[in-house]
Amino acid sequence: MTTVTQPTAIATEPAPASTVQVYRVYIKAGAQAIWDAITRPEWTNRYGYTGFAEYDLRPGGAYRVRANEEFKAAAAAGGFPCPDIVVDGEVVEVDPPRRLVTTWRLLMDPGMAAEGFTRVTYDIKELDGFCSLTVTHDLAGAPRLALLVSGAFEDMGGGGGGGHAWVLSDLKSLLETGTTLAGAG
Amino acid sequence: MSDDDLVFKALADPTRRHLLDRLFVRDGRTLTELESELTMTRFGVMKHLRVLEEAGLVVTRKSGREKLHFLNPVPIRLLHDRWIDKYTERHVSALVDLKKELEETS
Repeated sequence: MTTVTQPTAIATEPAPASTVQVYRVYIKAGAQAIWDAITRPEWTNRYGYTGFAEYDLRPGGAYRVRANEEFKAAAAAGGFPCPDIVVDGEVVEVDPPRRLVTTWRLLMDPGMAAEGFTRVTYDIKELDGFCSLTVTHDLAGAPRLALLVSGAFEDMGGGGGGGHAWVLSDLKSLLETGTTLAGAG
Repeated sequence: MSDDDLVFKALADPTRRHLLDRLFVRDGRTLTELESELTMTRFGVMKHLRVLEEAGLVVTRKSGREKLHFLNPVPIRLLHDRWIDKYTERHVSALVDLKKELEETS
């Protein structure tokens, strides 16, 4: 049996905590289908936090997510009315259907909005009959947003807390079965 | 082995769970950092990390000359969504999901 020792003091300086979060999911779908599910509003409104993503798919192009009416009503009922545009950013790199890099700022909460822009990278790799989708979120300077997207607020209810892992699980469910985890489609 | 089998197998070992716990506390670590907390050879730690990578629980990323290890919580999320919810939330939609899953896997 392996013994696990308590962490001991190391002479070297401890490395700073990484501000990068990496999420990977394997999906039985083509790269183009996954690309569409990430970049087209009719798809982005069907899974995860929903909302209509609008990308101007060229470097420097605008990126924003418009909340749908249901989401806005739920937010208002929960006591945190949300703006029409819930996420904004700028396209940094586009290579359809393989790679998309954007800056990313959440506008729903003033505190998180004030943390400024972070950076999200989507990498889609075609494998043998399925694809891997890797989401890399560099959250330098955005500790509050980092907590949110890591799923730390899962227990707060309202379906808002699952973060990237929940979104990717939902996306996989939608693309593979045509139905999201909530049973909507 | 199915994806679920790989994840369950990877989690069925205290050293591997310890490695995941270390990454949960602080993500993006090098092999050297991870092995410094274990009474185990470098080769042993590498072997465990490989099992975790094959199960998708650890994703590596190059940063300069270093290879950094990140905890990928998605496979655990998938287990949660597919297995745990199924037995804990006994509402109609769960039954619908179950039916669908059975139909698709049969």
